[in-house]
Amino acid sequence: MKSKLFGTATIAALATVAAGTLPAMAQSPIKIGFVSTFSGPQAAIGEDMRRSVELAKEHLGGKMGGKPFEIVYEDDQFKPDVGKQKSEKLVQQDKVNFVTGYIWSNVLLASLKTVTDEGDTILISANAGPSQIAGDLCNKNFFSTSWQNDQTPMAMGEYLQSKGVKSLYLMAGNYAAGKDMLAGVKRTFKGQIIGEDLTKWPDQLDFSAELAKIRAAKPDGIFIFYPGAHGVQFLTQYAQAGLKGQIPLYQVFSIDAITLPLQKELALGTLGAQEWVNDLPNDANKKYVADFKKKHGVYPSYYGAQSYDAIMLIASAAEALKGDLSNKDKVRAEMKKANFKSLRGDFKYNTNQFPIQNFYIQEAVKDPEGMMTVKTIATAMKDAKDPFYEKCPMK
Amino acid sequence: MDYLLLQMLNGVQLGLLMFLLAAGLTLTFGIMDLVNLAHGSLYMMGAYIAWTMISWTDSFVLGALLALPVIFVLGLVVEAVVARRLYVRSHLDQVLATFGLILFFNELVRVIWGPAGKSIAVPAFLNRTVEILPGVPYPAYRFAIIVVGAAVAVLLAWLVARTRLGMLIRAGASNRRMIGALGVNIELLFSLVFGLGAVFAGLAGLMAAPITSVKIGMGDDILILAFVIIVIGGIGSIKGAFIAAMVVGQIDIVGRAFLPDLLKTFLSASAASSAAPAISQVLVYVVMAGVLVWRPTGLFGQRT
Repeated sequence: MKSKLFGTATIAALATVAAGTLPAMAQSPIKIGFVSTFSGPQAAIGEDMRRSVELAKEHLGGKMGGKPFEIVYEDDQFKPDVGKQKSEKLVQQDKVNFVTGYIWSNVLLASLKTVTDEGDTILISANAGPSQIAGDLCNKNFFSTSWQNDQTPMAMGEYLQSKGVKSLYLMAGNYAAGKDMLAGVKRTFKGQIIGEDLTKWPDQLDFSAELAKIRAAKPDGIFIFYPGAHGVQFLTQYAQAGLKGQIPLYQVFSIDAITLPLQKELALGTLGAQEWVNDLPNDANKKYVADFKKKHGVYPSYYGAQSYDAIMLIASAAEALKGDLSNKDKVRAEMKKANFKSLRGDFKYNTNQFPIQNFYIQEAVKDPEGMMTVKTIATAMKDAKDPFYEKCPMK
Repeated sequence: MDYLLLQMLNGVQLGLLMFLLAAGLTLTFGIMDLVNLAHGSLYMMGAYIAWTMISWTDSFVLGALLALPVIFVLGLVVEAVVARRLYVRSHLDQVLATFGLILFFNELVRVIWGPAGKSIAVPAFLNRTVEILPGVPYPAYRFAIIVVGAAVAVLLAWLVARTRLGMLIRAGASNRRMIGALGVNIELLFSLVFGLGAVFAGLAGLMAAPITSVKIGMGDDILILAFVIIVIGGIGSIKGAFIAAMVVGQIDIVGRAFLPDLLKTFLSASAASSAAPAISQVLVYVVMAGVLVWRPTGLFGQRT
């Protein structure tokens, strides 16, 4: 018994000595939780984000502020309740320093308080931007590297307004983001809204009844918000119904690097709005897109670019504080400076910690190698602020 | 008028798909007295097996035709391994066991085909529109679903009304014990009916796949609607399932296409557009409740 104890002690001592040869204090890694969808029909989005996070890790050499960092990926299964559970696990069990990711507004809304309030952990949304969090629910622990939901459709609406489109038919999924998106386009598009459908989300993938309504309503254009797999289905059915070439389609988040490999030629020429496009001419973006394409043979999407930015935002704070993240006030103050090379070009944070940034109009095209992609054709909004920041109590 | 016709066709198309799913369910429920929650899993397996066959043969029609016998065999295996042991058990045991089957099939699909889901493209020769009336185009693939669905419904009606197998099925639905006593090979009959139900469910799954998408749990949501249909139609009645499926298909389309405009006549535009999706989702259940009050055994159920 005694000798056994002695043996254990020796091993422990040896291990300590071995570890002691490294600067032990600096080696506790920075932990970042990443919540996204990695299973089911929307898994392609999560995969694009994961690839971009791994690329960011590679570009940083696996370290931020001199410390190694690790990413803990969790699958929200496209369900708000699962997303909340996984966020809780990251904060309470894994004790991560940051939680990021979040494709879906309803998943983010369900998870927000768990992370920012109960867990007092900083959350960076790499996609979802529900209006509530930009306004009344704004939170010192919440940052966005994407946009507020209303903004992208506002950019699209403004462009359509300037092009003299007279009437629109609006369609979106019936959940937090879908409602924001339709509200957004109505803020800037002043023409006639001929019809509006919020379809059952995420179950409804058959749009036959709605497409027949659109045919009868004869609008100048259709505006849709159907991310990922839903966008693929909508575009196919829109073409099958013979509406392509008759009523032009305008979209946000429904034609992108995730959906184009499945939509193919059907998407050609369709316009959309976005705050980031793969051809934005800044150095950080050129490097990101080139390295991503070299590694995976496909274009990255804005989901990926925003995830890359989220990691770079964390890294900028860790660099400034030399890896010491113990004082959260200091971390938040550093993050609020947005002192990093964002892939969309530099931006500033508004009082509600959403970016003040440009929005571009993009067109679905074929690149010289024949691969489907999107390219920038116009700037729709410059240094745009979201419409809710004045409701946020933070100053 | 054209618009009304288009919407009615959409309802018929949805109804026929639902009928294929409900037909197998009503037969197993009516004849074997088996509550089979895993019927939706057979719908899902139909889509996945078809995906494999289609990528293997590079042809939608060939792949679909090859998939059907595989699904039939799968139905027989499920019947022999699990379902057969459940006929004599209580409904609660059946619900538990077949719910277990749902979990099993969802996990099986995850292992074999991965978590991400698949997509089946509409076959090239159907990827266009047909003019059902001059100047009224309709997607050719949806039209094909209507044709196939209607053909299967006619085939099933003939099978049930005119063949010996159908006679046994009808006898089984009205008095199970008696046909056993008359020396009919009940085990074989049950296996055949279960396999047939699996084929119809699989056919519905593979036909729906290009419109929706092939994913884990795709049968679970639609199964609820299938149960509503067999309850409205009367358990065990093919005719009831057909009529109820048509009704449910039309209700769904009415809810999506006409309800928002109807609500706008007495509600504000924003209230109407937020209330309409909610109401159209419960409309089917309201109708079911109404039918049950009026006829507790469904439209064509056996009076007891």
